[in-house]
Amino acid sequence: MTLEDLREFAEQVQAKQGEKKERILFCSATGCVSCGSEKIRDVLKKQLLEHHIEKKCDVVGTGCMGLCGEGPLVKIHNDREDVLYQNVDESVAEQIVGSHIVNNKIVESYRCDTSVPFFASQLKIVLENCGEINAESIDEYIAVDGYTALGKVLTEMQPNDVIDEIRKSGLRGRGGAGYPTGLKWDIVRKAKGEQKYIVCNADEGDLGAFMDRSVMEGDPHRVLEGMAIAGYAIGASQGYIYCRAEYPLAIERLKLAIKHAEKIGLLGNRILESDFNFRIDMRIGAGAYVCGEETALLQSIEGKRGNPKPRPPYPSEKGLWGMPTVINNVETFANIAPIIRNGNEWFAQIGTEKSKGTKVFALAGNIKNTGLIEVPMGIPLRKIIFDIGGGTTEGTEFKAAQTGGPSGGCIPAEHLDLPVDYESLTTVGSIMGSGGLIVMDSTSSMVDVAKFFMQFCMDESCGKCIPCRVGTRHIYGLLDKISKKKATQDDMVLLEELCMMVKETSLCGLGQSAPNPVLSTLRFFKHEYEQLLQPVEMFMGDGETVADFKK
Amino acid sequence: MPALQPEKSQHPSGDNRFKLLDRAITKHQSKGDALIEILHVAQGIFGYLKNDLLIYVAHALKLPLSRVYGVATFYHFFNLKPKGEHTFVLCMGTACYVKGAEQIQTALEERHQCKFGQTTKDNKVSFITARCVGPCGLAPVAVLDDAVVGKLNPETTIQYVEQRINALPEVIS
Repeated sequence: MTLEDLREFAEQVQAKQGEKKERILFCSATGCVSCGSEKIRDVLKKQLLEHHIEKKCDVVGTGCMGLCGEGPLVKIHNDREDVLYQNVDESVAEQIVGSHIVNNKIVESYRCDTSVPFFASQLKIVLENCGEINAESIDEYIAVDGYTALGKVLTEMQPNDVIDEIRKSGLRGRGGAGYPTGLKWDIVRKAKGEQKYIVCNADEGDLGAFMDRSVMEGDPHRVLEGMAIAGYAIGASQGYIYCRAEYPLAIERLKLAIKHAEKIGLLGNRILESDFNFRIDMRIGAGAYVCGEETALLQSIEGKRGNPKPRPPYPSEKGLWGMPTVINNVETFANIAPIIRNGNEWFAQIGTEKSKGTKVFALAGNIKNTGLIEVPMGIPLRKIIFDIGGGTTEGTEFKAAQTGGPSGGCIPAEHLDLPVDYESLTTVGSIMGSGGLIVMDSTSSMVDVAKFFMQFCMDESCGKCIPCRVGTRHIYGLLDKISKKKATQDDMVLLEELCMMVKETSLCGLGQSAPNPVLSTLRFFKHEYEQLLQPVEMFMGDGETVADFKK
Repeated sequence: MPALQPEKSQHPSGDNRFKLLDRAITKHQSKGDALIEILHVAQGIFGYLKNDLLIYVAHALKLPLSRVYGVATFYHFFNLKPKGEHTFVLCMGTACYVKGAEQIQTALEERHQCKFGQTTKDNKVSFITARCVGPCGLAPVAVLDDAVVGKLNPETTIQYVEQRINALPEVIS
């Protein structure tokens, strides 16, 4: 297949889709599947058969439509308008076919208003196809200009031009640290090594983060295309996707996507009849949070225990099997194809001066609209939580927003006007992280939240370096003591000291960022800790240990 | 003396499940870096990784047993002990925690007199906690056998678990 064939094929698929009067899209991402969206599909199909219109209407399973809290979601798409239905059960599905499709009467009581800020304030680049196309069909991806960016790169651009394009766009790594992607690629391209590798980090271990999962489930080919372009840019012929085992649906869809792409010559040898060869293999994790750290991830791909290694040497010099390796997050790769298609100027005009483009967030916790959103960088946090998210669940007061999972921090109400970009979040002791955003209201105790995260880090510490292995345990012990009202002011001093020690002396990112939740809650919610403290005299002569590690 | 040799269609060990495992090992060309994949397959076939199985894998991949054991114990996903008839995985991600997963945990522990991380005495249910299973929009979430159940509270959770325990065993096709 050449680029010309690809374009012709896209037109064919588009024409075929145009023949159908209506398309019924149902969300088949994990969230909606667990509310029973597959049952809804069967009802829809059965109803279409009963009304003898199965030939005029397609029923298509798509990726995440965003509003996960109100699932299952069904969207009716025709040439006039799109109508989204929420909380669809079997009887509603019957009504949708009977009334909307047959008689053209919208079922108003279950219609979801898409003019509300939740939908209207979003800007979709990474998620542009999520919820719009059939996630398991390569044809549909090609019909929406899929793989044309790869074609453009292979026919019109030199590897250097590709890297320049990405560098000028200002794209930064979406995994959390925000390292400029173009720069990383350039280092690997210039590094010496017989073989180079592309690795996609899909080990989305952060608690409450499900952006990468949604991209892989909803638009897997976009990730593959981004990886292939990266492979061409740095001169690699082999790529790996390291996906966590907790995402069976994402793994299945990626495997299927690789198979489809190989079959029509968009992956494998001589891609689009050029001299470029690129293969992608899947590697499945086995439930270790530390494997999201890049050096640990590489160890795990090699089939070893996921112990991090000291850096330098960085993976861009000595990575997988000692060869130069590019490791990027799923969302980073998902941004590549649109940048190549639309040019760096287009991408660079979105976002702030230092943080370009958009960011996908997973909204969860005590917030009205839970789900997946994509917003331009630099948008104020207040807008995300109160306009898009709809504020906290009824009757409670907003207390803090937690970003960055166990490595991030809690942002209190007074900093809600902060723009969301890499630098601003760091100033208040949190990080951008991979994009989990959890809202806490007045019912959550911040000491308990800090303890919760510390327990997580304690469990997930790989045990290689002492500050992390022992330090997190003792911090947890102190927090436990405080929350049980058995601590004094002295323990607070010790807690702060210990946090700084773990932060500064740990080997890898896990340990270095493990104290962040404690430090940020200490900074903004110190009064909650102090309320639990006891006067020193109470414990004179009481030598009993009070920390409980067992739980 | 009657021939004790296994039939040709059988695996030398007498357990045909090893044939499936061998197939996976061949597919990965007995390469050591596929260890984690092979252990996934092995656990899928046998339910858990007993010591014999680890020795078998170590031999087949030409790896030291210490390395295989090290990997099997490092990752949370691998079980070295058999599990109960049913598994109940309670998500303890932040979203579920904020929405009250801890109360569900306490309620279940009291009801079944069994701590999380263990199996009930009658070997019916294994209670496990997980770190974020993904569908955070439905928090609090649990995975009962292979089905995700969401928007739980202590009462409905106890009900779900009872239903599952009392349901007739499904016919395995």
